[in-house]
Amino acid sequence: MRWFWIDRFTEFVCDSHATAVKGVSLAEPHMHEHIVGYPLMPNSLVTEGIAQAGGLLVSEHYGFSELVVLAKLAKVRFHSHVRNGETLTYRVKVDTLRRDGAVVSATGHVGERLHAEAQLFFARLDESNDVTGGAPLFRPRDLRHWLELVGVFEVGVRQDGTRIREADYPLVEASPVV
Amino acid sequence: MPTNEEIFEKVREALVDALGVDEEEVTPEATLQGDLDAESIDFLDIVFRLEKAFDIKIERGELFPEDILTNVDYVQDGKVNSEGVAKLKERMPFADLSKFEANPIVQNLAQELTVQDMCNFVEHKLAA
Repeated sequence: MRWFWIDRFTEFVCDSHATAVKGVSLAEPHMHEHIVGYPLMPNSLVTEGIAQAGGLLVSEHYGFSELVVLAKLAKVRFHSHVRNGETLTYRVKVDTLRRDGAVVSATGHVGERLHAEAQLFFARLDESNDVTGGAPLFRPRDLRHWLELVGVFEVGVRQDGTRIREADYPLVEASPVV
Repeated sequence: MPTNEEIFEKVREALVDALGVDEEEVTPEATLQGDLDAESIDFLDIVFRLEKAFDIKIERGELFPEDILTNVDYVQDGKVNSEGVAKLKERMPFADLSKFEANPIVQNLAQELTVQDMCNFVEHKLAA
């Protein structure tokens, strides 16, 4: 299983909000393993998708060059079941953005149907929270590949409407990975 | 300047949202860690919410001076020395540290921080 829980961004406005979609397919193993005989999209993975969408939005604020981790789910509420053939649309909005972290509000809809509401708290790990002895946790090229796959540079704009470009970010290998 | 009741109401709202506790649990005497089960990551969340609720800016370490608690000049064998306690009092004029002073084990500081201390902190910030 590959840990991609959003398929593509359809909107990405730096420091403000983003929209991402996730198509739910019977071909995905978790659909058959969550409740055997009754394929459902697990809400834990809906939460992960929301966290990935919000996390990338927050990570952009730090130039895609800092470690941003999901520190806390302050609120999560689910209202329905998501079945195969449905498409989840995640809308994430930055509530607070600071040097040491961010708060993001999010919803997950299937069409007009509200499925999930969440408030997530992301922490930025700096030198004082060194958990890896200074080595990065992931390869910048892997992050770059992910950003390309989900279309961040295809739809991403700054607040003034100008497009963001891959070359604006230091997504190149600098030091060994742990 | 909001009244003490208004400050308490907003602090309570921030704590209810940040810690997922019931309104009735958030009394002035309740301790954040002991009674309301706040964890270290919650403090940053609480700071964010207080900033928003009161339109104030809270610098890192202002509410909870972890830099003093991790400084070897002020902490020996897990206890804050008298110099460290003096520094804490200077940095935390909003908190009643008399209980902590009697047994200044580092972990006790967060354990003894109350909802009233948070209200005092906000009042102190608003008056600055």
